[in-house]
Amino acid sequence: MAIGIKTYGAFVPQLRMAKAAIADAHAWALPHLKALARGERALCSWDEDAITMAVQASRQCLAAAPSARLTGLKLASTTSPFADLQNATIVSAALRLPAEVPCQDVSGSTRAGLSALAETLRCADGEDQLVVASERRHARPGSAQELSYGAGAAAFLTGQGDVLARYLGAQSVSLAFVDHFRESGERYDYFGEERWIRDEGVLRLVPEVVGALLKRLGLTAEGVSWFGLAGAPGGSDKLVAKTLGIATERVVPDLRDTVGDTGAAHALLLLTSALECGKPGDVVVVAAFGLGCEVLAFEITDGGRRPTFRLADTLADRRAETSYGKMLSFAGELQLDWGPRSEVQIKAALTQQYRSAQQILGFIGGRCATCRQVQFPSLPTCVSCAATDTQAAFPLADEPARIATVSADWLQYYPAPPLYVGLVQFDAGARLLMEIVDVPTVGVKVGTPVRFAFRLKAHDDLRHYTRYFWKAIPVSSRGTTASHT
Amino acid sequence: MASGIKDKVAILGMGCSHFGERWDVGSEQLMVEAFNEALKDADIGRSEIGAAWLGSALDQANVGNSAIPLSTALRMQGIPVTRVENMCATGTEALRGACYAVAAGAVDIALALGVEKLKDTGYGGLPVPTKGTLSDLWMPYCSSPAGFAQLASGYQARYRLSREELKRSLAHVSWKSHQNGARSPKAHLRRPVSIETILAAPIIAEPLGVFDCCGVSDGAACAIVTTPDIARGLGKRDLVTVKALQISASSGRESGISEWDGSCVPNTRLAARAAYREAGITDPRRELTQLEVHDCFSITELVTMEDLGLSEPGGAVADVLDGKFDADGALPCQTDGGLKCFGHPVGASGLRMVYEHYVQMMGRAGERQIKAPRLGLSHNLGGVPYNGVAAISIVGLL
Repeated sequence: MAIGIKTYGAFVPQLRMAKAAIADAHAWALPHLKALARGERALCSWDEDAITMAVQASRQCLAAAPSARLTGLKLASTTSPFADLQNATIVSAALRLPAEVPCQDVSGSTRAGLSALAETLRCADGEDQLVVASERRHARPGSAQELSYGAGAAAFLTGQGDVLARYLGAQSVSLAFVDHFRESGERYDYFGEERWIRDEGVLRLVPEVVGALLKRLGLTAEGVSWFGLAGAPGGSDKLVAKTLGIATERVVPDLRDTVGDTGAAHALLLLTSALECGKPGDVVVVAAFGLGCEVLAFEITDGGRRPTFRLADTLADRRAETSYGKMLSFAGELQLDWGPRSEVQIKAALTQQYRSAQQILGFIGGRCATCRQVQFPSLPTCVSCAATDTQAAFPLADEPARIATVSADWLQYYPAPPLYVGLVQFDAGARLLMEIVDVPTVGVKVGTPVRFAFRLKAHDDLRHYTRYFWKAIPVSSRGTTASHT
Repeated sequence: MASGIKDKVAILGMGCSHFGERWDVGSEQLMVEAFNEALKDADIGRSEIGAAWLGSALDQANVGNSAIPLSTALRMQGIPVTRVENMCATGTEALRGACYAVAAGAVDIALALGVEKLKDTGYGGLPVPTKGTLSDLWMPYCSSPAGFAQLASGYQARYRLSREELKRSLAHVSWKSHQNGARSPKAHLRRPVSIETILAAPIIAEPLGVFDCCGVSDGAACAIVTTPDIARGLGKRDLVTVKALQISASSGRESGISEWDGSCVPNTRLAARAAYREAGITDPRRELTQLEVHDCFSITELVTMEDLGLSEPGGAVADVLDGKFDADGALPCQTDGGLKCFGHPVGASGLRMVYEHYVQMMGRAGERQIKAPRLGLSHNLGGVPYNGVAAISIVGLL
């Protein structure tokens, strides 16, 4: 039976920063940036990071394959929030995966996303595996990367049988061609000269590795329906295609002026793009450059499952942003004076966090066996009938809900004022006070339907610890029904 | 069947500090200021006080934990002193403790004192308290105005009001209290404010503007209570006695299941029902002569009028605009200016409200004196409308 991709999910944060606004902010000193200011780039809100985006992309992916029985979860990122705390385990908990599913962080290179997928497929034993790559890239203000970097995540369910893209093969080369680097603990990448990277690195290496793979698979350049290249300077994809003899129109859109370069996630986002562009029988080749090169080839089938919320949908689910100050503040590049109200202690009790890990990370409430009331949090005694120890787990993250009461709070310290806060009423009966985020310009009112996303709850600046919880997002008229089961 | 507190406890004396930005004094002096007035009013020596209750809510910005701050400030050696905290119901909670001790016969004379020093926080508004290790993991941190603004959204939706209709009525609530506060020497905010100014104020938490929010201030208030017999024995006439003391705490229903529509405060309704029963009040609209309700925000006062049964459901907007609760209205509310003008030093407010009723009934209210004060209700609402503590005390002439 075929091994390959069963389904996928893509997530791009709603905020899209106009690159012109970035260039304008620097025009007094760095007028050359204007030349790079085409289109927009995705921007994480203050409460989004590689973990939260990975959760969103994975939810889209798993929603399309509810019967998947995962035997592994890999999270690829070079910007995961934790250096020593397995980020994939937080993702797994948010996805409510069984504790027995092995989790693994993959990092060290922007190639990590494609490498993780290649490794998973190369060693495939037919079991379902989830590979997700997610990146919230940081760039020094005024750098070219500030305009070219983006944020996003892509997730793939791999396995055997009913696949939508059959895995054909992979080719890998590791070579100490240092095009950019970031020392552990450092915030910014340092790059070599772009022309050297492109001419001496990408254009010499990538065609060679892709060519070797095609040859091994008995394919020709003409047989490549869709080609994508990540990790290389802008325009390299078309140059590589030309070198190989792949027609330019066969190069998938590079997402540079819509999402930005998403590092470890980028090759996987390009792959989702190719899967959405292609038709059964098409051959897709995706490569990632970075201290060598990783190349994977697939053939699209007429099987598998297409996610209901696709890359095209997450690209369309956008809110335009033009405030460079907001971008800097969200990225932690600008420390605004938020006043004494921001001087709050937010130390998490790790003991309590562990006791309530399922409820908090998985957004799992309880349903009382006596009166059937669904509730959150699930405390020992039922909120409705006061029966004790009668509640069974009831996941809430994918349940329909709407706003019962709401206000926009301008007084409370909040990194993206105003803080929208209100009681959220689930159709299933539960109700709780929640943060409401990604509020559209039309606002939010009593009765507005909401969906849910895993987001940063708070960051402990003293101990450098992030904790997470779920937040409500108004469902816009564009139909951003993020997750369905 | 419990017989309740009615007429078992009399007020022997009361005191109230000046409320405001008391940069000049600390909590200790505020306590002494209120206590000395009450002691003089009671005309007893401090050694005659058999037990004391201290209400203080925010230990991080006040006097710290335990009852020691009171026993130290007032130099009360060796008597039982208890610190109580029940959010904004803290002052009423202190009074309840003292009254129950007297009614139980545990002591002859007891002291209830509430104090808060909000202006040592270094900013306006209340500090954001932690909510306990579990709730901190999921519950949003939001300001008090945003918590109470939930009530505005629920009320507006339930009664299909436009934002403007609601805002106009809320503005009248604040306008009325500022009118009263101007005649209240101990109040913090003593200037009348026009409806236009109120409506034009910056938004703090939609739809509440600056003037929809009560002041933030320092203050202390206290009561010395005893039995009516002992009060008479000490030569007191025109006794003001406690008619009801009720507290209702939420079990989480409003914020946990779907039955609450956000247009009322169920705890206030439960506490009011119990308080009216305890006081023997069957027609509060006719029997009550004055009100001091928890106007932390204008919307709270508006909704409280319905929760106390003083307006029909959905009728408070019209009643407020008709002036029913103005100083010259059918049922004057916040005759001293309320939280709106006194500010809300959390631990003190419940006792400050009873102080106003007492002062009115003693005929000592000066230019804001109302006619024929007989029966006053005070009301506190701690926490948030969907998860809080309602407290009601009713006092009246014996």
